[in-house]
Amino acid sequence: MATFEEDGARLRDRLARLAPSGCEWTARLVRQRDQSLSVRRGTVEPPRIDDDQGVMVSVAAEGGVGFAATADLSDQGLEWALHSAAAWAKRNAALALDGHLPQPADGAYESPVEVAWETESIAAKLARLREIDEILGAGDDIVDRGASLWRTQLHTTVIGSAGGRTSQRFDYLVPMLSVSASRDGDTQTRTFGGHAKVRQGGLEVLVELGFWEAGERLREEARQLAAAPNCPSERTAVVLAPDQMILQIHESIGHPLEIDRILGDERNYAGTSFVTAEMFGSYRYGSELLNVSFDPGVPGEFGSYACDDDGQAAVATPIIRNGVLLNGLGGVRSQRRAEIGGVANARSPSWNRPTIDRMANLNLEPGVSSLDALIGGVERGIYMETNRSWSIDDARNKFQFGCELGRVIRNGELAEVVKNPGYRGVSATFWRSLDGVGDRSTFEVLGTPFCGKGEPNQVIRVGHASPACRFRDIDVFGGE
Amino acid sequence: MALEERDYFFSLGQRMLEGLAGDEAVTCQLRAESSSFVRFNRGRVGQGGEVRQRQLELDLIRGSRHASGSVNLVGSLEQDLPTLRATLDTLREMRDAVGEDPHLAYNTDAAASSETEHGGELPRAEAVMDAVRRSGDADLVGVLASGEVQRGFLSSFGQRNWHSAPSFNFDWSVFSGNETAVKSGYAGNRWRAGELETRLRKSRDDLAIVQRPARAVEPGRYRVYLAPAAMEELFSILSWDGFGLRGWKTRISPFVRLHDGAAQLAESVTLSENIEDGVAAPFERSGFARPPRVALVERGVSSGHLISPRSAREFDAATNGANANESPESLDMAPGDLDAERIAETLHSGLLVSNLWYLNFSDRQACRTTGMTRFATVAVENGRVVGPVRTMRFDDSAYRALGENLVGLTQQRDWILSADTYEWRSTRSARLPGALIDDFTLTL
Repeated sequence: MATFEEDGARLRDRLARLAPSGCEWTARLVRQRDQSLSVRRGTVEPPRIDDDQGVMVSVAAEGGVGFAATADLSDQGLEWALHSAAAWAKRNAALALDGHLPQPADGAYESPVEVAWETESIAAKLARLREIDEILGAGDDIVDRGASLWRTQLHTTVIGSAGGRTSQRFDYLVPMLSVSASRDGDTQTRTFGGHAKVRQGGLEVLVELGFWEAGERLREEARQLAAAPNCPSERTAVVLAPDQMILQIHESIGHPLEIDRILGDERNYAGTSFVTAEMFGSYRYGSELLNVSFDPGVPGEFGSYACDDDGQAAVATPIIRNGVLLNGLGGVRSQRRAEIGGVANARSPSWNRPTIDRMANLNLEPGVSSLDALIGGVERGIYMETNRSWSIDDARNKFQFGCELGRVIRNGELAEVVKNPGYRGVSATFWRSLDGVGDRSTFEVLGTPFCGKGEPNQVIRVGHASPACRFRDIDVFGGE
Repeated sequence: MALEERDYFFSLGQRMLEGLAGDEAVTCQLRAESSSFVRFNRGRVGQGGEVRQRQLELDLIRGSRHASGSVNLVGSLEQDLPTLRATLDTLREMRDAVGEDPHLAYNTDAAASSETEHGGELPRAEAVMDAVRRSGDADLVGVLASGEVQRGFLSSFGQRNWHSAPSFNFDWSVFSGNETAVKSGYAGNRWRAGELETRLRKSRDDLAIVQRPARAVEPGRYRVYLAPAAMEELFSILSWDGFGLRGWKTRISPFVRLHDGAAQLAESVTLSENIEDGVAAPFERSGFARPPRVALVERGVSSGHLISPRSAREFDAATNGANANESPESLDMAPGDLDAERIAETLHSGLLVSNLWYLNFSDRQACRTTGMTRFATVAVENGRVVGPVRTMRFDDSAYRALGENLVGLTQQRDWILSADTYEWRSTRSARLPGALIDDFTLTL
């Protein structure tokens, strides 16, 4: 069997030879290798490696488009995929919503890696994870803890019958720390990484994110929380740290602006949107301070790439400028159907799922306020850090989010720690209450490996970068 | 097809075992499926095609050291054996880099071998498309997932297990012009064309009720009826560490107080993991068999936990073949005595909630969850449906909703087959009644 690289280079010739005559096709070849290392409560869990490889072939015929996916890259496997996809195209034609099959451009991408994963042995990495797990576990009130690293290498090649070819190599790193402290029947957890501090790159990412030094701080914060009072329930100002802001951006800006949701494709599962096609170009999404961009070119951000998984070249695009909605988040097929400006974000997590509109890097641009200035401008309010709970309606409007750590803001200064901090609101009005945007010193490049959507279901990686932000007159609450 | 898969898996596994060193052991689990997916929007086909995938999950063991991983297979010995041997070499290197694992657990009892091969009849995609077309101008959106699903297990201790079942799941909703909708579905392993036509017709008939102008509801406490599909969403979030031994022992479970005996649910609440009547495989990935039924809550009192093989070692207990997350795969809630056919009358005044959506914890230790109503939620006054209500957020504790505020459960239960297709088509299911609840808190 040929190697993946050889297959990628030769695939077009083989597919052209095997394809039914005159047929228009594309193929997306994917190879992914994951390695996971984990220590939990002092025990090294078995190291893990996962290898996955396959191809999705799409064919346009008679006004329909069909797909077929297989791990079999032999001529026999490709022939099955081509003929099966062609049969599906014809089957779908009579009821087809859209018969367009975008052809890929030429493009290439490689994640920036300074210190390769392999430069440190598995044993050495596990020894360092053990050290940090021990730091997390110091104290009788620590009931659960763990430290892990999840590394992914992904190589995708998209080719088409018109001749274009994109080839992209990604290196993803997801570090994770978790520590739970229990006191008087209450358990509180602090985490690092996982849902926020993730990057493309090598082992240098762990230093940049402060992974190796985070253990003691997290443990002490979990202890403080277990002994803390509940967050008060009131309407007040909130200052949200970047690792909560990214969830706010993701759920109440990113998802509502996905063009396939606006077209209704997701109404049976992920949902619809309160945003309609007519709003683009004029709708006031937020205050004058709100500036949001699709930016696939931020080095190391989780959703950076040169081309989407349809092989369309990705360029930085303003989405919201000075609070006004300009562009949607949808690939070329959705843009054609909806007649809305979009971006190159037709994506798929693997060879076994077709592309749909997904977020990639969706970033809120920094403003001019330091964190001290944001907090200093609040007489009474709550500062919240690190998302732990997320819920929003199917139109992406009524939301309720919870954080791991809260601190009361009193007379412009951070005061006591409070547990179970949460807030609720409505997307359509929430962003208009944005009255302070942090400067570059508060700005963090973050992301998440877990965004679920689509039928059949798909989980994809997204990047978000944000400064700390302040909002006025928000409905805040705590636990029982 | 299924028999060929079975024979191929055991043949490949046998060849792999022949390459092991004398002091090595291996467990391996196969996941395989051949799936058709047809995605609809506005009664038309958005995307349609098929996926063939097979994945082998391996654990390579020497003494108490081991490494695990997975690799996908093509289906021919010529291609798969070299791939598998290369994976084993990688696992050997990784295994030798780690120390002994005190929580390692795997089944060594070859008598746990089993075979279940379900028959069935799957729909042709064309037949489903025709039925959708014949249903007229309905704004139908959803997905058909259909095909064979197989699970296999093989170990160097002589154990062999096979589980194969065809299944289909057509999950759809029908929308009205004002964006209200009715959710429905047809799932199982024996397709009846007439049944789909009947259900599509009923979707359209039910839509007439929610097409009336939706009324706003103020935040507050309401008497509500949660239909079985809404209960399934509620239990999905409560199953996040709620019923596992590890969640309880590490004090992160939302049901810590229930398992401690410091709190209980209503006497009408009896829950179990009912593998016997579900569609999940009766064995887990280390080869341990799952008992037909595991009691979790009896008459409102905690009566057991789901225990994975690793948790069993960690907390000195006996495994009951639970998955690594210790979440139910075939949750069963005992029926009550309310008649679902007369539920509006029994509710008298309040809300009938067909579905809940996007649940999460708002205070995990208090077992308080939040989420949204979705699809058909209607107001009832004096026992009569008066019209749909706008989407509302709830925020309440399961200790109240399934405890002091639980009025009753219905005699009728729905068997809900999961429509999840994340990476693989899910084999999770749940058998649940509807619940009538007083003072259910709506917040936004």
